[in-house]
Amino acid sequence: MTDTTPPAAPPFTLPKYPGGTGAGPRPSAALTPKGFLARNPSVLWFLLALAVLTVAVTILSPAFGMGSMSTSFVKTLGKTLCLCLAALAMDIVWGYTGILSLGHMAFFALGGYMIGQWLMYARTEEIVVQSLATSPIPATAQEIAQGVGTQIFGVVGGSDIPLIWSFAHSLPAQLALVVLVPGLLAFLFGWLAFRSRVTGVYLSILTQAMTLALSLYLFQNDSGLRGNNGLSGLQNLPGLAETSQDLLSIWFFWASAAALALAYILLAWAISGKFGSVLRAIRDDEARVRFLGYPVEGYKLFVFVITAVICGLAGALYYPQAGIINPAELAPIASIYLAVWVAIGGRGRLYGSVIGAAFVSLLSSWFTGGRAPSIPLGFYTIDWVDWWQVLLGLSFVGVTLWAPKGIGGLFDRFRGLRTPDRKGAPLGPDEGSLQEQEAVE
Amino acid sequence: MRAFLLGLALACLGLSAHAETVAQIVATHAADIEKPSRTTIGPVISDLAASGDPMAARLLEAWGNKQLGERKSDKTFFLLSPDPAGYALTDLTGAPAGTAAKSDITELKPNAGVRGLIASALVQFTLSDPDPAKRANALTSIAQDPNAESLAPLRAAIDGETDPTLKAQKQRLERLLTLRFDADTTARVTAMESFGADTGLDLRAALTPLVATSRMASAGPLEGKNIAREIKPGRDLTAVEAYDLLVADGSAPARITHEDQEKALADHIQSGSVAGFPVSDLSIQANRDRAYTALEAAGQVPPAATDDEVAAAITAHRFYEVYTEADRVITDAATAALGKISLKVGVLQVADLGLDGLSLAAIYFLAAIGLAITFGVMGVINMAHGEFITLGAYTGYVVQQIVPGYTASLLVAFPLAFAITFAAGVAMERLVIRHLYKRPLETLLATFGISIALQQLFKNIFGTQARPLTSPDWLGGALTFNDVVSISYIRIAIIVLAALFLGFFLYLMKRTRLGLEVRAVTQNPAMAASMGINPDRINMLTFGLGSGIAGIAGVAIGLFAKVTSELGTDYIVQSFMTVVVGGVGNIWGALAGATMIGSLQKAIEWLNPSNTLAAQTYMILFIILFIQVRPRGIIALRGRAAGD
Repeated sequence: MTDTTPPAAPPFTLPKYPGGTGAGPRPSAALTPKGFLARNPSVLWFLLALAVLTVAVTILSPAFGMGSMSTSFVKTLGKTLCLCLAALAMDIVWGYTGILSLGHMAFFALGGYMIGQWLMYARTEEIVVQSLATSPIPATAQEIAQGVGTQIFGVVGGSDIPLIWSFAHSLPAQLALVVLVPGLLAFLFGWLAFRSRVTGVYLSILTQAMTLALSLYLFQNDSGLRGNNGLSGLQNLPGLAETSQDLLSIWFFWASAAALALAYILLAWAISGKFGSVLRAIRDDEARVRFLGYPVEGYKLFVFVITAVICGLAGALYYPQAGIINPAELAPIASIYLAVWVAIGGRGRLYGSVIGAAFVSLLSSWFTGGRAPSIPLGFYTIDWVDWWQVLLGLSFVGVTLWAPKGIGGLFDRFRGLRTPDRKGAPLGPDEGSLQEQEAVE
Repeated sequence: MRAFLLGLALACLGLSAHAETVAQIVATHAADIEKPSRTTIGPVISDLAASGDPMAARLLEAWGNKQLGERKSDKTFFLLSPDPAGYALTDLTGAPAGTAAKSDITELKPNAGVRGLIASALVQFTLSDPDPAKRANALTSIAQDPNAESLAPLRAAIDGETDPTLKAQKQRLERLLTLRFDADTTARVTAMESFGADTGLDLRAALTPLVATSRMASAGPLEGKNIAREIKPGRDLTAVEAYDLLVADGSAPARITHEDQEKALADHIQSGSVAGFPVSDLSIQANRDRAYTALEAAGQVPPAATDDEVAAAITAHRFYEVYTEADRVITDAATAALGKISLKVGVLQVADLGLDGLSLAAIYFLAAIGLAITFGVMGVINMAHGEFITLGAYTGYVVQQIVPGYTASLLVAFPLAFAITFAAGVAMERLVIRHLYKRPLETLLATFGISIALQQLFKNIFGTQARPLTSPDWLGGALTFNDVVSISYIRIAIIVLAALFLGFFLYLMKRTRLGLEVRAVTQNPAMAASMGINPDRINMLTFGLGSGIAGIAGVAIGLFAKVTSELGTDYIVQSFMTVVVGGVGNIWGALAGATMIGSLQKAIEWLNPSNTLAAQTYMILFIILFIQVRPRGIIALRGRAAGD
């Protein structure tokens, strides 16, 4: 199906730093290979910033420190870290591989649904067992199942537990599903799409259609996942009824921070090597990479599936902090926002996507939360709850037009990196990505 | 015994004495008439109606209108009419009987139930009323509530009918009543066969009760019943339903619910065990059943079926579906008639579905045609296309607020919507898209930013609630071919509009200078430029044209859909699908895509009518798979223009 098998040894040695105009540091870099961290100082900076944030939040949190930060704000920060994790995945698949997927928030929500099933089932079972314990005769398994079924599905007019909840009693099984369900869906979809060479905007629209289909399916009451009610009460962990939300929120914050740090290191490592070079090459000119003998479809599929799994894991961490998940969470608009965050933060650089996701989502919740001051114009008062979306949309257009490198472009300014003047010739099909710097380095 | 015989004799008299006058009947049943109740008054009213006395109709009418009264002095009934002195009286032979003061008369006020009975008895008199409107009303009321009593008067009223339409109606109704209520089996079967494969709803409503079935259980073979078929527990009916049948006819004890069983067991706990079973073992249902059976044997609890006993009882019986109608000939004939009808109805439903699919296809085509131009011809993806549709719909709404008259406002709205969205499209092309021609993915993102902003802007201006865009009266109603096939005029109008646009677009592209230049720029911009065509101008005009058509589609869609800020979002994905499935860069492709998606969606909805959400899901899945087979759509461009 793919053109050729990957060459075990390329017929010719690829120059380590092909092309580019900067001539200065190249020979020495090639002669004395530096370590991974030395070549990627941004990883260290990122980990340092994340560590500082974690310590600061822990000190300020109500559970361990002064309590000058509310529990809900700790949760908001934890959720933001999960969104950053999803943005990392989006950056790999879009900024590095050039696949503009409008479906990654669907994988995110699927991960949330999978963990939500266990959270809801196990907790309801606890409550049902507790209430049945008062009767003189010990309860049968059927009675417990029926009680759980009525509790969970009464709202959609049923009491039977659907087949897709078969593993809901087991945490390890649902954790496996958090990885498997988004992974398999991404594999199936990606395999179908990539093998028929669907690329560019077609692929974007197709992924959007997939997301829409999935969300419409989940909106039905007989989908087995409670229709538009979604799953709720996810903030209560089964078996930890006595533990306060203060404590849970900081635990989840730590978990989210650890997951983000781990994913950042892994992804930075993966894209710093030959694998990353192939991905960027696919982004810049897919046909050429194929002619060089690389199985482009295999690479794309691998990246698509891996990033889907990362999104699923991020969702599994996100929704216990959010407490509720419903099909509106995976409407196509959510995935598009993910792309917006990555674009505003700066594509093709991992820290850019994290900055974009954190900056825009926090700003968004500040504006839509009604905390931003309204601007009186005399004849009309600009109320940010109403006008934030307009501002976001327009600034998005602005970023695309004038600052395709996004916020990350500012870092290039600090480091004195400048895009070489190509006299108007395009840098490639996806101009916003960080192409020139990679070439210069 | 003697009293019974006397009663029987009286009843015979009542039946045979059709010549009895109204006055006599009323005198016999005075007590019932004074205080009528729905349950007892039926025979009296039937007697009155069947008496043949011309006064019967007047009496019943007066009674139903609360114009029947009883003189207190001698307990005699009179028809009342208002009079300065109180009431003018008419006795039951129709002769005037002077007047009486209101205080001397007890007015009879039958309740609604009794009035209903009176009204249905009156129907047979009005069947031959000189006023055709009243006759038609009588026919309608019989058709709504068919009963055996109406059959004889209806037959009697056919010959005297002068109006041919009404006569046909009466004959049809007579046959409908015959096949249900006639005493003669052959007459019923003949009536059924006389309809052939008529698809009228009234016929189906008349036939369906004849083949109604009920379920029965029997230990041995079932004798003397008109059996439709044997049913098997587990396949045709659930075990619970099967056992409930057994309980209902008394051949098995009622099942004990798990809750009741638990309660009974809990009541008999003795030193940590129930009937010898330790309580801790009772967390398994089988053990509970054994414990309960032990208690049953000891006589401590009433006998009740446990799960095992239920299963045994079900295997010991056979279950049947039995026709309510006892006559095999009738049920066979009705089944055959229904079979013929359902075949024809099926064919007609496919035709109706085709019309539905066609109108949906026309809507998708209208929504997608603008996109086919911008996406197909220019290779530019416009995510704000949906918002242009919304913009058109809101333009229509605003125009309706200003211009009086729905027809006039529509005539204004169409060109205005085109002008506004054309301007918006041109502005967008000049300000944004022009700078992104070499970066298609970024065009998608930038236009998406515009889409977000526009959508929120609509929300800020028009609010979140739906705004009405009312269609003129001449677009109301539906073109009905028969009981199955119909199409609303508004859908016809949209199909016509879509056809007009197809023609307009073909003319524009194939017959005008602008179309020639557009095609040239599509195929090779550099070469076109060297021939003196200004590609920038052509791109701008094409984009404006595509957007303008979206605006017109918006007005059309707004006529039947709710106009909200999310109107466009509902159509955008389908529009993209239409263009992608049909094949990019070809108007016929868009048409083929719209036809396929529209008819397919209707077909899926028809297979699963309760669930339009599922239909859309399957539709999208189908499209994803379709792209596998034909990645470039139904009608793919070939050669150099296909590009890559």
